[in-house]
Amino acid sequence: MNLPATIKADFPLLDQRFHGHKLVYLDSANTSQKPQVVIDAICDYYQTTNANVHRGSYELAVKATDALEGARDKVADFINARSSSEIVFTKNATESMNLLARSWGQQNLKAKDAVVISEMEHHANIVPWHILREQQGIELRWIPVDQSGHLDLSNLDRLLDGAKLLSVTAMSNVLGTLNPIAALAQRAHDAGALIAVDASQYVPHIPTDVQALAADFLVFTGHKMLAPMGIGVLWAKAELLEAMPPFLGGGEMILNVTKDGFTCNEVPWKFEAGTPMVAEAVGLACAIDYLRELGMDNVRRHEVELTAYALRTLNERHGDKITIHGPTEPAERGGVMSFAYNDVHPHDVTQVLDQAGIAVRAGHHCAKPLMKVLGAHATSRASVYVYNDQSDIDSLAVALSAVDDIFAF
Amino acid sequence: MVGLEDLYREIILDHYRTPRNRGELETPPAHRVESFNPLCGDEIIVYLHVNDEGLIDDIATGGQGCSISQSSASMMSVAVKGKTIEEARKLIVAFKRLMSIYENDIGGDGSETALGIDIDGENGGPNETDSSEDIKLGDLEALRGVVKFPIRIKCATLSWNALAQALDEVTVG
Repeated sequence: MNLPATIKADFPLLDQRFHGHKLVYLDSANTSQKPQVVIDAICDYYQTTNANVHRGSYELAVKATDALEGARDKVADFINARSSSEIVFTKNATESMNLLARSWGQQNLKAKDAVVISEMEHHANIVPWHILREQQGIELRWIPVDQSGHLDLSNLDRLLDGAKLLSVTAMSNVLGTLNPIAALAQRAHDAGALIAVDASQYVPHIPTDVQALAADFLVFTGHKMLAPMGIGVLWAKAELLEAMPPFLGGGEMILNVTKDGFTCNEVPWKFEAGTPMVAEAVGLACAIDYLRELGMDNVRRHEVELTAYALRTLNERHGDKITIHGPTEPAERGGVMSFAYNDVHPHDVTQVLDQAGIAVRAGHHCAKPLMKVLGAHATSRASVYVYNDQSDIDSLAVALSAVDDIFAF
Repeated sequence: MVGLEDLYREIILDHYRTPRNRGELETPPAHRVESFNPLCGDEIIVYLHVNDEGLIDDIATGGQGCSISQSSASMMSVAVKGKTIEEARKLIVAFKRLMSIYENDIGGDGSETALGIDIDGENGGPNETDSSEDIKLGDLEALRGVVKFPIRIKCATLSWNALAQALDEVTVG
Protein backbone atom coordinates (compact mmCIF):
# COMPACT_ATOMS: atom_id res chain seq x y z
CA MET A 1 0.00 0.00 0.00
CA ASN A 2 1.25 3.47 -0.79
CA LEU A 3 1.47 6.21 1.80
CA PRO A 4 -1.36 8.74 1.50
CA ALA A 5 -0.74 11.33 -1.23
CA THR A 6 -1.88 14.06 1.14
CA ILE A 7 0.62 13.15 3.87
CA LYS A 8 2.54 16.44 3.63
CA ALA A 9 -0.57 18.21 4.93
CA ASP A 10 -0.13 16.37 8.25
CA PHE A 11 3.14 18.27 8.82
CA PRO A 12 2.41 21.98 9.33
CA LEU A 13 6.08 22.97 9.32
CA LEU A 14 6.47 21.87 5.72
CA ASP A 15 3.97 24.49 4.60
CA GLN A 16 6.48 27.32 4.63
CA ARG A 17 8.55 29.26 2.14
CA PHE A 18 12.26 30.05 2.38
CA HIS A 19 13.94 32.51 0.02
CA GLY A 20 10.72 32.59 -1.97
CA HIS A 21 10.53 28.83 -2.45
CA LYS A 22 8.36 26.22 -0.80
CA LEU A 23 10.42 24.37 1.79
CA VAL A 24 11.82 21.06 0.57
CA TYR A 25 12.95 19.27 3.72
CA LEU A 26 15.57 16.63 2.97
CA ASP A 27 17.30 16.37 6.33
CA SER A 28 15.28 13.77 8.22
CA ALA A 29 18.34 11.67 9.08
CA ASN A 30 19.26 14.69 11.17
CA THR A 31 15.84 15.22 12.68
CA SER A 32 12.33 14.54 11.44
CA GLN A 33 9.42 16.94 11.28
CA LYS A 34 6.37 16.33 13.48
CA PRO A 35 2.80 15.64 12.39
CA GLN A 36 0.07 17.83 13.87
CA VAL A 37 -1.25 14.89 15.93
CA VAL A 38 2.08 14.64 17.77
CA ILE A 39 2.19 18.39 18.40
CA ASP A 40 -1.41 18.19 19.65
CA ALA A 41 -0.64 15.23 21.92
CA ILE A 42 2.14 17.17 23.65
CA CYS A 43 -0.08 20.21 23.98
CA ASP A 44 -2.96 18.08 25.29
CA TYR A 45 -0.71 16.46 27.87
CA TYR A 46 0.12 19.85 29.35
CA GLN A 47 -3.48 21.03 29.13
CA THR A 48 -5.04 17.97 30.76
CA THR A 49 -2.59 15.51 32.30
CA ASN A 50 0.56 17.16 33.63
CA ALA A 51 1.68 16.20 37.12
CA ASN A 52 4.85 14.59 38.40
CA VAL A 53 4.91 10.85 37.90
CA HIS A 54 5.30 7.96 40.34
CA ARG A 55 4.80 10.32 43.28
CA GLY A 56 1.37 11.83 43.80
CA SER A 57 -1.55 9.77 45.03
CA TYR A 58 -4.14 12.08 43.51
CA GLU A 59 -5.90 11.13 40.31
CA LEU A 60 -4.10 13.63 38.08
CA ALA A 61 -0.72 12.19 39.10
CA VAL A 62 -2.01 8.70 38.37
CA LYS A 63 -3.11 9.89 34.94
CA ALA A 64 0.35 11.35 34.22
CA THR A 65 2.03 8.17 35.42
CA ASP A 66 -0.26 6.12 33.18
CA ALA A 67 0.68 8.36 30.25
CA LEU A 68 4.39 7.70 30.81
CA GLU A 69 4.04 3.99 31.40
CA GLY A 70 1.56 3.66 28.56
CA ALA A 71 4.18 5.20 26.29
CA ARG A 72 6.71 2.67 27.54
CA ASP A 73 4.30 -0.18 26.73
CA LYS A 74 3.83 1.24 23.24
CA VAL A 75 7.59 1.45 22.61
CA ALA A 76 8.08 -2.11 23.89
CA ASP A 77 5.39 -3.39 21.54
CA PHE A 78 6.75 -1.36 18.59
CA ILE A 79 10.16 -3.08 18.72
CA ASN A 80 8.80 -6.41 20.05
CA ALA A 81 10.56 -6.28 23.40
CA ARG A 82 9.64 -9.13 25.74
CA SER A 83 8.50 -6.70 28.41
CA SER A 84 8.07 -2.98 29.04
CA SER A 85 10.64 -3.26 31.82
CA GLU A 86 13.26 -3.62 29.08
CA ILE A 87 12.58 -0.06 27.88
CA VAL A 88 14.69 2.66 29.53
CA PHE A 89 13.81 6.24 28.59
CA THR A 90 16.76 8.55 28.06
CA LYS A 91 17.34 11.97 26.55
CA ASN A 92 18.44 10.62 23.17
CA ALA A 93 20.37 7.78 21.54
CA THR A 94 23.66 9.35 22.58
CA GLU A 95 22.65 9.22 26.23
CA SER A 96 21.45 5.64 25.73
CA MET A 97 24.86 4.67 24.39
CA ASN A 98 26.63 6.47 27.21
CA LEU A 99 24.40 4.75 29.75
CA LEU A 100 25.39 1.44 28.22
CA ALA A 101 29.11 2.28 28.22
CA ARG A 102 29.17 3.73 31.73
CA SER A 103 26.91 1.23 33.46
CA TRP A 104 27.48 -2.04 31.65
CA GLY A 105 30.93 -1.08 30.41
CA GLN A 106 32.37 0.00 33.72
CA GLN A 107 31.05 -3.13 35.40
CA ASN A 108 31.98 -5.66 32.75
CA LEU A 109 35.09 -4.31 31.01
CA LYS A 110 38.55 -4.24 32.47
CA ALA A 111 41.90 -3.22 31.03
CA LYS A 112 42.70 -4.89 27.69
CA ASP A 113 39.10 -6.11 27.20
CA ALA A 114 38.08 -5.48 23.61
CA VAL A 115 35.04 -3.67 22.23
CA VAL A 116 34.52 -4.02 18.47
CA ILE A 117 32.93 -1.14 16.56
CA SER A 118 32.99 -0.18 12.89
CA GLU A 119 34.39 2.64 10.81
CA MET A 120 30.88 3.73 9.86
CA GLU A 121 29.76 4.54 13.40
CA HIS A 122 28.30 7.84 14.51
CA HIS A 123 30.46 9.57 17.13
CA ALA A 124 27.81 8.52 19.69
CA ASN A 125 29.01 4.94 19.23
CA ILE A 126 32.69 5.88 19.23
CA VAL A 127 33.39 8.47 21.89
CA PRO A 128 31.78 6.61 24.86
CA TRP A 129 34.18 3.72 24.10
CA HIS A 130 37.12 6.11 23.68
CA ILE A 131 36.29 7.39 27.15
CA LEU A 132 36.42 3.83 28.54
CA ARG A 133 39.68 3.33 26.66
CA GLU A 134 41.13 6.33 28.44
CA GLN A 135 39.64 5.55 31.84
CA GLN A 136 39.81 1.77 31.97
CA GLY A 137 42.31 0.85 29.30
CA ILE A 138 39.89 -1.14 27.14
CA GLU A 139 40.93 -1.99 23.61
CA LEU A 140 38.91 -0.61 20.69
CA ARG A 141 38.86 -2.67 17.48
CA TRP A 142 37.46 -1.45 14.19
CA ILE A 143 35.56 -3.30 11.46
CA PRO A 144 36.68 -1.65 8.20
CA VAL A 145 34.32 -0.27 5.57
CA ASP A 146 34.97 -1.38 1.98
CA GLN A 147 34.82 0.66 -1.21
CA SER A 148 31.17 -0.27 -1.81
CA GLY A 149 30.19 1.21 1.54
CA HIS A 150 29.59 -2.13 3.26
CA LEU A 151 31.29 -3.51 6.35
CA ASP A 152 34.31 -5.60 5.42
CA LEU A 153 33.65 -8.70 7.52
CA SER A 154 36.54 -10.76 6.19
CA ASN A 155 38.47 -10.46 9.46
CA LEU A 156 35.50 -10.43 11.80
CA ASP A 157 36.45 -13.67 13.56
CA ARG A 158 39.86 -12.26 14.43
CA LEU A 159 38.32 -8.97 15.57
CA LEU A 160 35.77 -10.76 17.75
CA ASP A 161 38.31 -13.16 19.23
CA GLY A 162 38.21 -12.53 22.98
CA ALA A 163 36.02 -9.41 22.56
CA LYS A 164 33.36 -8.61 25.13
CA LEU A 165 31.07 -6.48 22.99
CA LEU A 166 30.29 -5.77 19.35
CA SER A 167 28.63 -2.36 19.02
CA VAL A 168 27.49 -1.46 15.50
CA THR A 169 25.01 0.66 13.65
CA ALA A 170 22.02 -1.01 11.99
CA MET A 171 22.08 1.67 9.31
CA SER A 172 24.81 4.16 8.49
CA ASN A 173 23.74 7.78 8.91
CA VAL A 174 26.12 8.74 6.09
CA LEU A 175 26.05 5.89 3.58
CA GLY A 176 22.58 4.51 4.27
CA THR A 177 24.13 1.05 4.41
CA LEU A 178 22.00 -1.54 6.18
CA ASN A 179 24.16 -3.91 8.20
CA PRO A 180 23.28 -7.60 8.69
CA ILE A 181 22.51 -7.29 12.39
CA ALA A 182 21.02 -10.75 12.96
CA ALA A 183 24.04 -12.39 11.34
CA LEU A 184 26.43 -10.14 13.27
CA ALA A 185 24.60 -11.02 16.50
CA GLN A 186 25.13 -14.70 15.73
CA ARG A 187 28.84 -14.13 15.08
CA ALA A 188 29.23 -12.06 18.25
CA HIS A 189 27.42 -14.61 20.41
CA ASP A 190 29.46 -17.46 18.91
CA ALA A 191 32.56 -15.57 20.00
CA GLY A 192 31.18 -15.07 23.50
CA ALA A 193 30.51 -11.37 23.02
CA LEU A 194 27.31 -9.35 23.40
CA ILE A 195 25.97 -7.10 20.66
CA ALA A 196 24.74 -3.52 20.98
CA VAL A 197 22.93 -1.93 18.05
CA ASP A 198 22.73 1.76 17.20
CA ALA A 199 19.30 1.75 15.57
CA SER A 200 18.83 5.53 15.41
CA GLN A 201 18.49 5.46 11.63
CA TYR A 202 16.74 2.09 11.57
CA VAL A 203 13.78 2.08 13.97
CA PRO A 204 12.15 5.15 12.35
CA HIS A 205 12.23 3.58 8.88
CA ILE A 206 12.15 -0.21 9.05
CA PRO A 207 9.97 -2.67 10.99
CA THR A 208 12.10 -3.57 14.03
CA ASP A 209 11.98 -6.75 16.08
CA VAL A 210 14.70 -6.85 18.73
CA GLN A 211 14.12 -10.57 19.27
CA ALA A 212 14.46 -11.42 15.59
CA LEU A 213 17.62 -9.28 15.44
CA ALA A 214 18.91 -11.32 18.41
CA ALA A 215 20.39 -8.14 19.87
CA ASP A 216 21.39 -7.65 23.50
CA PHE A 217 21.19 -3.84 23.54
CA LEU A 218 19.56 -1.46 21.08
CA VAL A 219 19.39 2.32 21.17
CA PHE A 220 17.36 4.86 19.20
CA THR A 221 15.93 8.34 19.54
CA GLY A 222 12.44 9.77 19.25
CA HIS A 223 13.13 12.92 17.29
CA LYS A 224 14.16 11.06 14.15
CA MET A 225 10.80 9.21 14.14
CA LEU A 226 8.27 12.07 14.20
CA ALA A 227 8.46 12.45 18.00
CA PRO A 228 9.82 15.49 19.86
CA MET A 229 13.46 16.04 20.75
CA GLY A 230 14.41 15.03 24.28
CA ILE A 231 13.36 11.39 24.40
CA GLY A 232 15.50 8.40 23.54
CA VAL A 233 15.38 4.71 24.30
CA LEU A 234 17.78 2.11 25.55
CA TRP A 235 16.38 -1.37 25.10
CA ALA A 236 18.25 -4.25 26.73
CA LYS A 237 17.45 -7.78 27.72
CA ALA A 238 15.89 -7.74 31.19
CA GLU A 239 18.59 -9.90 32.75
CA LEU A 240 21.28 -7.54 31.51
CA LEU A 241 19.50 -4.49 32.88
CA GLU A 242 18.94 -6.26 36.20
CA ALA A 243 22.65 -6.91 36.61
CA MET A 244 23.81 -3.44 35.58
CA PRO A 245 24.64 -0.78 38.17
CA PRO A 246 22.72 2.53 38.10
CA PHE A 247 23.82 5.30 35.74
CA LEU A 248 22.67 8.58 37.30
CA GLY A 249 21.72 8.82 40.95
CA GLY A 250 18.84 10.75 42.49
CA GLY A 251 15.10 10.59 42.89
CA GLU A 252 12.98 8.06 41.02
CA MET A 253 15.82 5.53 40.70
CA ILE A 254 15.77 4.45 44.36
CA LEU A 255 13.61 2.29 46.63
CA ASN A 256 15.23 3.51 49.81
CA VAL A 257 17.89 6.01 50.91
CA THR A 258 19.53 6.16 54.33
CA LYS A 259 22.58 7.94 55.68
CA ASP A 260 24.49 4.74 55.04
CA GLY A 261 23.46 4.13 51.46
CA PHE A 262 20.65 3.45 49.02
CA THR A 263 18.66 0.65 47.45
CA CYS A 264 18.03 0.82 43.70
CA ASN A 265 14.56 0.86 42.23
CA GLU A 266 13.53 -1.96 39.91
CA VAL A 267 14.28 -1.84 36.21
CA PRO A 268 13.73 0.20 34.16
CA TRP A 269 13.29 3.00 36.74
CA LYS A 270 16.69 2.18 38.22
CA PHE A 271 18.11 3.99 35.19
CA GLU A 272 15.71 6.93 35.18
CA ALA A 273 16.93 9.34 37.85
CA GLY A 274 14.94 12.52 38.35
CA THR A 275 11.70 13.73 36.80
CA PRO A 276 11.39 12.09 33.40
CA MET A 277 10.35 13.63 30.06
CA VAL A 278 6.68 12.70 30.22
CA ALA A 279 5.31 14.98 27.51
CA GLU A 280 8.06 13.80 25.17
CA ALA A 281 7.19 10.18 25.94
CA VAL A 282 3.55 10.96 25.15
CA GLY A 283 4.70 12.50 21.88
CA LEU A 284 6.74 9.41 21.09
CA ALA A 285 3.74 7.16 21.78
CA CYS A 286 1.64 9.28 19.45
CA ALA A 287 4.34 9.15 16.76
CA ILE A 288 4.35 5.36 17.05
CA ASP A 289 0.56 5.31 16.59
CA TYR A 290 0.94 7.51 13.53
CA LEU A 291 3.68 5.33 12.01
CA ARG A 292 1.68 2.17 12.70
CA GLU A 293 -1.31 3.66 10.98
CA LEU A 294 0.86 4.23 7.94
CA GLY A 295 2.27 0.74 8.39
CA MET A 296 6.02 0.30 8.84
CA ASP A 297 6.15 -2.04 5.85
CA ASN A 298 4.62 0.74 3.75
CA VAL A 299 7.07 3.27 5.19
CA ARG A 300 9.98 1.05 4.19
CA ARG A 301 8.58 0.40 0.72
CA HIS A 302 7.97 4.12 0.17
CA GLU A 303 11.56 4.93 1.10
CA VAL A 304 13.08 2.19 -1.05
CA GLU A 305 11.07 3.46 -4.03
CA LEU A 306 11.96 7.07 -3.33
CA THR A 307 15.63 6.23 -2.84
CA ALA A 308 15.66 4.32 -6.11
CA TYR A 309 14.04 7.33 -7.81
CA ALA A 310 16.57 9.70 -6.24
CA LEU A 311 19.63 7.63 -7.21
CA ARG A 312 18.32 7.33 -10.77
CA THR A 313 17.25 10.97 -11.13
CA LEU A 314 20.41 12.50 -9.66
CA ASN A 315 22.73 10.23 -11.62
CA GLU A 316 20.85 10.74 -14.89
CA ARG A 317 20.77 14.50 -14.58
CA HIS A 318 24.23 15.11 -13.19
CA GLY A 319 26.22 12.16 -14.49
CA ASP A 320 29.90 12.36 -13.64
CA LYS A 321 29.43 15.55 -11.66
CA ILE A 322 27.76 13.72 -8.81
CA THR A 323 29.14 10.91 -6.68
CA ILE A 324 26.60 9.32 -4.37
CA HIS A 325 28.29 7.35 -1.61
CA GLY A 326 27.11 4.01 -0.28
CA PRO A 327 25.39 0.93 -1.74
CA THR A 328 23.96 1.35 -5.25
CA GLU A 329 21.15 -1.13 -4.66
CA PRO A 330 18.16 0.65 -3.00
CA ALA A 331 17.06 -2.50 -1.17
CA GLU A 332 20.44 -2.63 0.60
CA ARG A 333 20.17 0.82 2.01
CA GLY A 334 18.01 3.44 3.67
CA GLY A 335 16.99 6.81 2.30
CA VAL A 336 20.18 8.62 3.29
CA MET A 337 22.20 9.88 0.34
CA SER A 338 25.56 11.48 0.95
CA PHE A 339 27.08 12.94 -2.16
CA ALA A 340 29.91 14.95 -3.59
CA TYR A 341 29.08 17.43 -6.33
CA ASN A 342 31.73 18.52 -8.82
CA ASP A 343 34.42 19.03 -6.16
CA VAL A 344 32.43 21.93 -4.73
CA HIS A 345 32.64 22.06 -0.95
CA PRO A 346 29.45 20.74 0.71
CA HIS A 347 28.99 24.01 2.59
CA ASP A 348 28.82 25.82 -0.71
CA VAL A 349 26.55 23.19 -2.28
CA THR A 350 24.06 23.35 0.57
CA GLN A 351 24.21 27.15 0.63
CA VAL A 352 23.07 27.20 -2.98
CA LEU A 353 20.39 24.59 -2.26
CA ASP A 354 19.13 26.66 0.69
CA GLN A 355 18.61 29.55 -1.67
CA ALA A 356 16.13 27.30 -3.51
CA GLY A 357 14.36 26.42 -0.24
CA ILE A 358 16.00 23.00 -0.01
CA ALA A 359 17.23 21.83 3.40
CA VAL A 360 20.18 19.46 3.01
CA ARG A 361 22.93 18.92 5.57
CA ALA A 362 26.61 19.54 4.93
CA GLY A 363 29.39 18.32 7.16
CA HIS A 364 31.00 15.22 8.58
CA HIS A 365 27.67 14.01 10.03
CA CYS A 366 29.33 13.09 13.33
CA ALA A 367 31.23 10.32 11.56
CA LYS A 368 34.76 11.61 11.12
CA PRO A 369 36.45 8.17 10.97
CA LEU A 370 34.13 7.29 8.08
CA MET A 371 34.90 10.58 6.32
CA LYS A 372 38.54 9.55 6.40
CA VAL A 373 37.64 6.23 4.74
CA LEU A 374 35.68 8.11 2.06
CA GLY A 375 38.65 10.43 1.55
CA ALA A 376 36.39 13.40 2.21
CA HIS A 377 36.33 16.03 4.93
CA ALA A 378 32.63 16.50 4.54
CA THR A 379 29.72 15.49 2.33
CA SER A 380 26.36 16.92 1.39
CA ARG A 381 23.59 14.65 2.61
CA ALA A 382 19.98 14.43 1.50
CA SER A 383 17.70 12.13 3.47
CA VAL A 384 14.05 11.25 3.04
CA TYR A 385 11.15 10.21 5.23
CA VAL A 386 7.43 9.52 4.99
CA TYR A 387 6.51 13.06 3.91
CA ASN A 388 8.96 13.27 1.01
CA ASP A 389 7.95 12.50 -2.55
CA GLN A 390 9.35 12.55 -6.06
CA SER A 391 8.75 16.29 -6.40
CA ASP A 392 11.24 16.89 -3.57
CA ILE A 393 13.86 14.85 -5.39
CA ASP A 394 13.11 16.72 -8.62
CA SER A 395 13.59 20.05 -6.81
CA LEU A 396 16.96 18.87 -5.50
CA ALA A 397 18.08 17.66 -8.92
CA VAL A 398 17.16 20.96 -10.56
CA ALA A 399 18.64 23.17 -7.84
CA LEU A 400 21.98 21.36 -7.96
CA SER A 401 22.49 22.75 -11.45
CA ALA A 402 22.63 26.23 -9.91
CA VAL A 403 25.84 25.20 -8.15
CA ASP A 404 27.51 25.24 -11.55
CA ASP A 405 26.44 28.84 -12.15
CA ILE A 406 28.68 29.97 -9.31
CA PHE A 407 31.34 27.31 -9.01
CA ALA A 408 31.93 26.02 -12.55
CA PHE A 409 35.61 26.73 -12.99
CA MET B 1 21.95 32.93 -8.29
CA VAL B 2 19.64 35.55 -6.85
CA GLY B 3 20.44 36.26 -3.22
CA LEU B 4 23.90 34.75 -3.25
CA GLU B 5 25.75 37.55 -5.05
CA ASP B 6 26.53 39.17 -1.70
CA LEU B 7 28.16 35.98 -0.45
CA TYR B 8 29.98 34.75 -3.53
CA ARG B 9 31.59 37.98 -4.75
CA GLU B 10 33.93 37.58 -7.70
CA ILE B 11 37.01 38.48 -5.68
CA ILE B 12 36.12 35.81 -3.13
CA LEU B 13 35.79 33.18 -5.83
CA ASP B 14 39.07 34.37 -7.30
CA HIS B 15 40.91 33.80 -4.02
CA TYR B 16 39.15 30.43 -3.71
CA ARG B 17 40.22 29.36 -7.21
CA THR B 18 43.72 30.77 -6.88
CA PRO B 19 44.68 30.90 -3.23
CA ARG B 20 47.63 33.16 -2.40
CA ASN B 21 50.42 32.13 -0.04
CA ARG B 22 49.15 28.57 -0.08
CA GLY B 23 51.54 25.98 1.33
CA GLU B 24 53.80 25.35 4.28
CA LEU B 25 56.75 27.03 5.96
CA GLU B 26 59.50 25.19 7.74
CA THR B 27 58.90 24.97 11.50
CA PRO B 28 60.90 26.27 13.21
CA PRO B 29 61.73 29.01 12.39
CA ALA B 30 58.08 29.51 11.37
CA HIS B 31 55.25 29.03 13.86
CA ARG B 32 52.37 26.67 13.05
CA VAL B 33 48.77 26.88 14.34
CA GLU B 34 45.71 24.81 13.40
CA SER B 35 42.16 25.97 13.68
CA PHE B 36 39.11 23.70 13.31
CA ASN B 37 35.46 24.30 12.74
CA PRO B 38 33.96 21.29 14.53
CA LEU B 39 30.63 21.98 12.86
CA CYS B 40 31.79 21.08 9.38
CA GLY B 41 35.29 19.71 9.82
CA ASP B 42 36.95 22.61 8.01
CA GLU B 43 40.52 23.17 9.04
CA ILE B 44 42.99 25.96 8.49
CA ILE B 45 46.70 25.77 9.18
CA VAL B 46 48.59 29.04 9.47
CA TYR B 47 52.38 29.17 9.24
CA LEU B 48 53.74 32.46 10.47
CA HIS B 49 57.26 33.79 10.41
CA VAL B 50 58.05 36.93 12.38
CA ASN B 51 61.52 38.43 11.99
CA ASP B 52 63.63 40.07 14.66
CA GLU B 53 62.06 43.46 13.97
CA GLY B 54 58.59 42.07 14.77
CA LEU B 55 57.61 42.06 11.12
CA ILE B 56 55.54 39.24 9.58
CA ASP B 57 57.94 38.57 6.74
CA ASP B 58 56.35 35.31 5.63
CA ILE B 59 53.01 33.55 6.00
CA ALA B 60 51.49 30.45 4.46
CA THR B 61 48.14 28.75 4.88
CA GLY B 62 47.07 25.16 4.44
CA GLY B 63 44.11 22.97 5.28
CA GLN B 64 40.81 22.51 3.53
CA GLY B 65 37.36 23.92 3.59
CA CYS B 66 34.63 25.81 1.81
CA SER B 67 35.02 28.78 -0.53
CA ILE B 68 34.51 31.25 2.32
CA SER B 69 37.05 29.77 4.74
CA GLN B 70 39.65 29.26 2.02
CA SER B 71 39.26 32.66 0.37
CA SER B 72 39.28 34.40 3.74
CA ALA B 73 42.56 32.64 4.61
CA SER B 74 44.04 33.67 1.28
CA MET B 75 42.99 37.31 1.63
CA MET B 76 44.21 37.37 5.22
CA SER B 77 47.65 36.14 4.21
CA VAL B 78 47.95 38.89 1.63
CA ALA B 79 46.72 41.51 4.08
CA VAL B 80 49.14 40.72 6.92
CA LYS B 81 52.27 39.82 4.97
CA GLY B 82 54.84 42.52 5.61
CA LYS B 83 52.86 43.99 8.49
CA THR B 84 54.04 44.33 12.07
CA ILE B 85 52.49 42.21 14.81
CA GLU B 86 50.71 45.30 16.08
CA GLU B 87 49.31 46.12 12.64
CA ALA B 88 48.19 42.52 12.18
CA ARG B 89 46.37 42.61 15.48
CA LYS B 90 44.55 45.76 14.51
CA LEU B 91 43.58 44.09 11.28
CA ILE B 92 42.15 41.15 13.20
CA VAL B 93 40.04 43.48 15.31
CA ALA B 94 38.86 45.34 12.23
CA PHE B 95 38.01 42.13 10.40
CA LYS B 96 36.11 40.72 13.34
CA ARG B 97 34.19 43.96 13.55
CA LEU B 98 33.31 43.53 9.90
CA MET B 99 32.07 40.02 10.70
CA SER B 100 29.97 41.21 13.61
CA ILE B 101 26.24 40.97 12.97
CA TYR B 102 25.81 43.51 15.73
CA GLU B 103 27.81 46.13 13.90
CA ASN B 104 26.17 45.41 10.60
CA ASP B 105 22.69 45.34 12.02
CA ILE B 106 21.06 42.59 10.05
CA GLY B 107 18.25 42.19 12.50
CA GLY B 108 19.75 39.76 14.99
CA ASP B 109 19.69 40.41 18.70
CA GLY B 110 23.30 41.46 18.67
CA SER B 111 24.32 38.61 20.88
CA GLU B 112 27.69 37.42 19.74
CA THR B 113 27.76 34.59 22.23
CA ALA B 114 24.52 33.17 20.88
CA LEU B 115 26.32 32.52 17.63
CA GLY B 116 29.54 31.51 19.31
CA ILE B 117 31.36 34.31 17.57
CA ASP B 118 34.36 35.74 19.29
CA ILE B 119 34.07 39.23 17.91
CA ASP B 120 36.54 40.92 20.14
CA GLY B 121 38.73 37.96 20.82
CA GLU B 122 41.66 38.37 23.09
CA ASN B 123 42.97 41.12 20.90
CA GLY B 124 40.92 44.04 21.97
CA GLY B 125 37.43 44.90 23.07
CA PRO B 126 34.82 47.33 21.80
CA ASN B 127 36.80 50.21 23.25
CA GLU B 128 39.48 49.66 20.68
CA THR B 129 37.13 50.54 17.87
CA ASP B 130 38.74 53.90 17.32
CA SER B 131 42.13 52.46 16.61
CA SER B 132 40.75 49.84 14.23
CA GLU B 133 38.67 52.26 12.19
CA ASP B 134 41.79 53.56 10.51
CA ILE B 135 42.60 50.12 9.18
CA LYS B 136 42.07 49.68 5.47
CA LEU B 137 40.54 46.26 4.84
CA GLY B 138 40.81 46.50 1.06
CA ASP B 139 39.81 43.26 -0.66
CA LEU B 140 38.65 41.90 2.66
CA GLU B 141 35.65 44.22 2.41
CA ALA B 142 34.30 41.71 -0.11
CA LEU B 143 33.63 39.35 2.78
CA ARG B 144 31.17 41.84 4.28
CA GLY B 145 28.29 39.94 2.67
CA VAL B 146 29.04 36.91 4.84
CA VAL B 147 27.25 38.50 7.80
CA LYS B 148 23.98 38.05 5.95
CA PHE B 149 24.61 34.31 6.23
CA PRO B 150 25.41 33.98 9.95
CA ILE B 151 26.24 30.28 9.81
CA ARG B 152 29.14 31.15 7.47
CA ILE B 153 30.74 33.73 9.77
CA LYS B 154 32.67 30.95 11.46
CA CYS B 155 34.01 29.91 8.06
CA ALA B 156 35.27 33.44 7.42
CA THR B 157 36.85 33.88 10.86
CA LEU B 158 38.51 30.45 11.07
CA SER B 159 41.86 31.56 9.65
CA TRP B 160 41.79 34.78 11.64
CA ASN B 161 41.42 32.87 14.89
CA ALA B 162 44.44 30.81 13.90
CA LEU B 163 46.38 33.98 13.12
CA ALA B 164 45.43 35.54 16.46
CA GLN B 165 46.58 32.43 18.28
CA ALA B 166 49.81 32.34 16.29
CA LEU B 167 50.57 35.98 17.10
CA ASP B 168 49.92 35.34 20.79
CA GLU B 169 52.16 32.31 20.84
CA VAL B 170 54.93 34.06 18.91
CA THR B 171 54.96 37.05 21.24
CA VAL B 172 54.85 34.92 24.39
CA GLY B 173 57.36 32.37 23.22
